[in-house]
Amino acid sequence: MEKELAIQLHGITKRFGTVLANDHVDLDVYRGEILAVLGENGSGKTTLMNMIAGIYYPDEGQILIDGKEVVIRSPKDAFEHKIGMVHQHFKLVDLFTAAENIVLGMETEGRYNIREVNAEVAKITEHYGFHLDPTKKIYDLSVSEKQTVEIIKVLYRGADILILDEPTAVLTPQEITRLFSVLHRMKEDGKSIIIITHKLNEVLEVSDRVTILRKGHHIATVNTAETSEAQLTEMMVGRAVSLNIDRPEPVNPQLLLEVKDVTVRDEEGLLRLNHVSFDVYSGEILGIAGISGAGQKELLEAIYGLQKLEEGSILFHSEADQDVVDLRQKSLLEIRQLGIHLSFVPEDRLGMGLVGNMDITDNMMLRSYRAGRYGFLNRKAPRKTADWIIRELEVSTPGVTTPVRRLSGGNVQKVLVGREISQTPRLLMMAYPVRGLDINSSYTIYSLMNLQKEKGVAVVFVGEDLDVLLALSDRILVINGGAVTGIVDARNVTKEEVGLLMTKTDTERKEEVQ
Amino acid sequence: MSKTRHGEAREPLVHLSKRASIPPLKAWGIRLLAIALGLIVCGLVAFVLIEKLGQHPERIGDFYNAFIKGSFSTSRKFWKFLKNIAILLCISLALTPAFRMRFWNIGGEGQTLIGVLGAIAVDFYLGGQVPEWLLLILMFVAALAAGTLWAVIPAIFKAKWGTNETLFTLMMNYVATFLVGYFLVIWVPSGSSSLGKLKYGKLPSFGNDYLLIILIVLALTIGLYIYVNYTKQGYEINVVGESVRTARYIGINVNKVIIRTMVLSGALCGLAGYLIGAGLDQTVTADSVGGQGFTGIMVAWLGKFNPLAMILTAGLIQLLNQGASQISQDFDVSGAFPDVIVGIILFFVIGSEFFINYKIHFRGHHDHGTGKEAVK
Repeated sequence: MEKELAIQLHGITKRFGTVLANDHVDLDVYRGEILAVLGENGSGKTTLMNMIAGIYYPDEGQILIDGKEVVIRSPKDAFEHKIGMVHQHFKLVDLFTAAENIVLGMETEGRYNIREVNAEVAKITEHYGFHLDPTKKIYDLSVSEKQTVEIIKVLYRGADILILDEPTAVLTPQEITRLFSVLHRMKEDGKSIIIITHKLNEVLEVSDRVTILRKGHHIATVNTAETSEAQLTEMMVGRAVSLNIDRPEPVNPQLLLEVKDVTVRDEEGLLRLNHVSFDVYSGEILGIAGISGAGQKELLEAIYGLQKLEEGSILFHSEADQDVVDLRQKSLLEIRQLGIHLSFVPEDRLGMGLVGNMDITDNMMLRSYRAGRYGFLNRKAPRKTADWIIRELEVSTPGVTTPVRRLSGGNVQKVLVGREISQTPRLLMMAYPVRGLDINSSYTIYSLMNLQKEKGVAVVFVGEDLDVLLALSDRILVINGGAVTGIVDARNVTKEEVGLLMTKTDTERKEEVQ
Repeated sequence: MSKTRHGEAREPLVHLSKRASIPPLKAWGIRLLAIALGLIVCGLVAFVLIEKLGQHPERIGDFYNAFIKGSFSTSRKFWKFLKNIAILLCISLALTPAFRMRFWNIGGEGQTLIGVLGAIAVDFYLGGQVPEWLLLILMFVAALAAGTLWAVIPAIFKAKWGTNETLFTLMMNYVATFLVGYFLVIWVPSGSSSLGKLKYGKLPSFGNDYLLIILIVLALTIGLYIYVNYTKQGYEINVVGESVRTARYIGINVNKVIIRTMVLSGALCGLAGYLIGAGLDQTVTADSVGGQGFTGIMVAWLGKFNPLAMILTAGLIQLLNQGASQISQDFDVSGAFPDVIVGIILFFVIGSEFFINYKIHFRGHHDHGTGKEAVK
């Protein structure tokens, strides 16, 4: 290949305390190519990229740009070498316009002229086929538009090497397609694009070459055209993994939960759930799809008893005596005391589901501490639960007394899910159960969900990966802007159809009704 | 451009990284080292500030000896040392449940002072008119009620309207101080505003004057240790302190826990006030607590809110206090000098926590702990 090298990494090593995040990693990036950096969580992808972008400083190794060794000590240095990174979490000032955010922090000659900036931004937008109004304020922008601002910010500073950290995690399928076409245009312009991801189908779709990292080591760099999903997974995980998710047929589904006309407002009085109605059956997995912030969190919390309902009812069908209980009237504690087994794995694991500074036993006690006698705690039973979880879910921990915040993301989630399952729930709700988890842990969680389903538990889970939602769920509830835009059979629906429902607005829905 | 090896050329001179964990022995080593360094700096400062020492450098040994002498030279001093620890520890223990809940109660001073005032008010009005045992009980009730009231007002405001507890409890200190001044004017119309020692309402003493107080605080220490570690309420306090959202998620009534815990915290401050009022002074002044409500915060913090560890930190602070007053006596320097010494040493002790939490890397050194810590 007569392609020109843009950036070379030689023997880059980075340690955090005793953890070796990158161990002598070599990497070449050419001009006019899209390189995917693939690896599981904790494989050192982001750390490696942060060193190119000047966020971290390598302990050992060299970075060469256009064949010359450079020292990148800060993001400013990186920009001088025409390197720009778009981080996973946006760093934008909400009250400024898109264009103002784009020039923020740049030192330019002469007077500051926002009109010129607007014109320049519009030019970039048009050139690459973005959709963005530079005069709009950030708080008026959608997530994908915010990402566009971040990308243009980097381009505006003249970057030739772009690093995108998990850019698709927050996008709908349609937005992903659009992003990829923009990336292609940049590539044709001779720019180098490094895209960090752990989604295989995206790697195959967009990249020219793939670099695989595992536990801080560079495993291989291969041409995308010459590889396959199975091969990439094997390199990423270190052994062959079956990527099929089971979906047993629901056995004897019974109506368990009726959500009727539920309306919820947040503290500012904004409508978060708008007359949401649906049913949940025992022995099924109901997936909930939607762009982030569409009301998923509020919905689960409303059922669980953490949200005050403005309207509507949540009817729980008790198995034993055909009793129907309206959960709306009950406090969280009353729901527990009625013996209604509701389990909830919240999105914020360490901030809500668990206490990071407590050990596994004390975290088990969150659910059971009230059982102790005479005001004293009984640590025996929770200790048993802790041992059971460590054994059954293969939690790797230095010991039962290690604070859970010191465990890896996958193990934290196993502890949380394990505790919730140990409650023998009839309804198990999970918000983003595999977010941030590696493939092995993800599949452990999927099979736990299926196991619960086979036991007759109703599983409701909010997911962000549509492929998984489609493969695992029996039915999918799609919400947008706090309203239900569709309930579909997951066995007979395509990703694109769900994607459309995810962005369907209220007005479109009303028109349909009429 | 000449080729340079990466690390040496322009790597930042120092950079910090947070430690994942540190062996306890090493942590205590760092703390002891800090105290030693603090003492050395104290010595240097003393050379400059104390004329007698500047002229007679051979007396530097006496300077350091005073720290021991201040608390251990006579049995009277030793008992006083223990008593001072007990009172300071009692206030620190009172603050502990609130701090474990991350409720920044810096009103220990006022809650204790109002406790003293409550006890002495009962003493003033009823002393001699009711049997001594009943008087002592009534003083006890009044002290606890007053302390509780002072703590629960900010707690209710925090629970209901989310007010800032730090400012609120701080302001309550001033209200307590001025309230004492107000009552002194009423009780002592002559204008001296000094109440003098009252005849009645003194805790019985056996063995030593201070023994009862010391035993009460010792029992309280053990009780509170059990409370925070082994009871449901203690557990709820920890959960609320770590994460209010987790507490709500498992159905804890957060407001109830806040108020309940502050009732406890205030009542224990009231108890400290009772020990000061009925156990020691039989009088009240605006300075009855003498800033121990604030020192208590430091004791609790340095002891990591662990009641047993706080015995040590309270001991350290009182050792320094008494040692420093001994120095000002022996070397005939201003009464402000002890504060300078205590300040310097605490600066080092508190500063050492930084080195326990962070590791410092210098340019060119690349051991980064992997080797060392792996061996351990």
